[in-house]
Amino acid sequence: MRIARQLADLAPGATGVVDSLAADASLRRRLEAMGLRPGQPVQVLRRGWWSGPLHVRVGMTELMLRRRDARCVALAA
Amino acid sequence: MNTIAVLGMPNTGKSTLFNRLTGSHAQIGNWPGLTVELMQADLQLGGQTVRLVDLPGLYDLRGHSDDEAVVRRFLERTPVDLVLVVLNASQLDRQLRLALQVQRLGLPAVLALNMADEARRFGVVIDETALAAELGLPVVLLSAKYGRGVPALQQALRRQLQAATATHPEAGEAAAAVQDLEERLAAIDPELEPAQAALVQAAVRLPPQWRDRMTRRLDRLLLHPLLGLPLFFGAMALMFQLIYAVGVPIQEGLAGLLDAIGQHLLRPLLAPLPAFLQGFLLEGLWQGLGTVAAFLPVIALFFLAMGVVEDSGYLSRAAYLMDAFMERLGLDGRSFVLSLMGFGCNVPAILGTRVMRDRGLRLLSILIIPFSLCSARLNVFLFMAAAFFPPRQGALVITGLYLMSFVAAMLTALLFRGRFPSQEPLVLELPPYRLPTGRQVLSRAWSEVKHFWFWSRRFIIFGVVAVWLLNNLPVGVPPASDLSLSGRLGALLEPVLHPIGINPHLAVALLFGFIAKEIVLGGLAVIYGQADPVALGLAIASDVSAPQAISFMLFTLLYTPCLSTVAVIRSESKRLGFTAFSVGWSLLLAWLASFVFLQGSRLLGWS
Repeated sequence: MRIARQLADLAPGATGVVDSLAADASLRRRLEAMGLRPGQPVQVLRRGWWSGPLHVRVGMTELMLRRRDARCVALAA
Repeated sequence: MNTIAVLGMPNTGKSTLFNRLTGSHAQIGNWPGLTVELMQADLQLGGQTVRLVDLPGLYDLRGHSDDEAVVRRFLERTPVDLVLVVLNASQLDRQLRLALQVQRLGLPAVLALNMADEARRFGVVIDETALAAELGLPVVLLSAKYGRGVPALQQALRRQLQAATATHPEAGEAAAAVQDLEERLAAIDPELEPAQAALVQAAVRLPPQWRDRMTRRLDRLLLHPLLGLPLFFGAMALMFQLIYAVGVPIQEGLAGLLDAIGQHLLRPLLAPLPAFLQGFLLEGLWQGLGTVAAFLPVIALFFLAMGVVEDSGYLSRAAYLMDAFMERLGLDGRSFVLSLMGFGCNVPAILGTRVMRDRGLRLLSILIIPFSLCSARLNVFLFMAAAFFPPRQGALVITGLYLMSFVAAMLTALLFRGRFPSQEPLVLELPPYRLPTGRQVLSRAWSEVKHFWFWSRRFIIFGVVAVWLLNNLPVGVPPASDLSLSGRLGALLEPVLHPIGINPHLAVALLFGFIAKEIVLGGLAVIYGQADPVALGLAIASDVSAPQAISFMLFTLLYTPCLSTVAVIRSESKRLGFTAFSVGWSLLLAWLASFVFLQGSRLLGWS
């Protein structure tokens, strides 16, 4: 089984734990404010077609984010 | 007077709470040093008058969006006596951070945990006493939507306000604004994470698993890769149908009533005045204002329906569904949602682009929103379609115009995305589905209509007066004849407008449509000398062919929506050049579309 290294690689239904955020200050602030902080478990609920956004759940919040932005979220091995 | 600032993240029901506390007395206020208007209201709290200010929603006091900068600037410049921090009770695991920022800044504050009903449903248990003790701030659990806990909040506000003002040298004297805000926020930043974790540990119990099965199930259907978009557009089409079915008869009734008041009540009253003044007041001012006022119910209905869709959480899903497509146009899911809002009125939709940080994305969104077929333009189309076509064909024409509206926006984005490149990330909350209450939706629609009225009235009043004057000056000429100022203007524009089938009469109406589309119909009524809608329709139909009418509608759809929109494009883009570009491009596109249509229809032998 391949281990997902980034949030963008998680298959629908799969869960990972946020390891670090490799984003610029502004995106990092927004991701953290949405609850995507190191140590938090995150689940991908669905992936949009045509390289559409991801629908994820972290803590008590559900959110959408683009794959490009999800590549900034590294997952713990 | 004491000032309470209301602060909170988006999707926390902050505005609902604000409306709960203030009733419907809120107005738009200007604050020193801020380029945007904020909603504010005075309310009675324990015998004294307090001013409540609704700050824009923000995620983080150190965030980088325009809205977040506005909040910072507000706190730096305006002395606030108390901050009301509104959090979503089910999301304390991430939102307490904002409360901690306010607390560490040393601002007197009250913490409102809104949507307590939802938190309970999701299995989130909150120990508010423990939370209050840990934070050293009053904490109130409440549900603004259902009004539960609001009296307790008012009491907490009053007590905290008394405590806060008592520490000032003179009781009741305004507090000081926050000094060195950014430095202090940066200094406390490292403490926030551990402090938030400790607070959650001490006072919040989260459910072991997600409990909202209804949202899960609805999302499986509504966010379905194949069914999602057809379902969404179907729902929108149904909504628009409903708005016309209810709104148009109301509008017609109201217009008839206002006309009757003018004819039977005002005309006799104004009889002693000179004929010129009489005409100005009755045919100019009253008739023009009547046209606009009769039109308000349709706008109110639109905002009502849109409010239901937005509060239900479906609009965020639309952003999810459309994002992949919009990304290829150089835009994002939010641009789509804002364009959709633009179908009611372009002005609030353009104001809504403030949530975008990237300049390119924001300008490109501002560029496409004016192509949204707003309710003012719809008014003209419904009238023209009814005058020129049998109902079935008329409905087709209207549908075609809606399609054209999308096509124009898409084409514009495709052509200019290179000039307005953007790299803005898109991270949006998808809130659980909610059933909005009637009260909530009504109060929102009311405030939107007030906003609309605020933006449009000055231009509309100016516009109707100008139409009347141009039609009736110089004194003594037959109204709207070739000798009047408007007739001369029409003749002047003839070379440009003849190739697209717009005759001088229609040209004058279009000229005034630049001020506001609401006065196009009123203008036509004056130009053709027919106040009664049926007679006016017949008069226009005998003057203009059906293809010419469609060309007129296409032009009306695509060129500058109104002066209010131009004004707000200017104020939001802060660039005169961009504003001129937006106006110029829409005029060019309108002319080209009308030209292609009219000449095409001639080639095909339809005239």
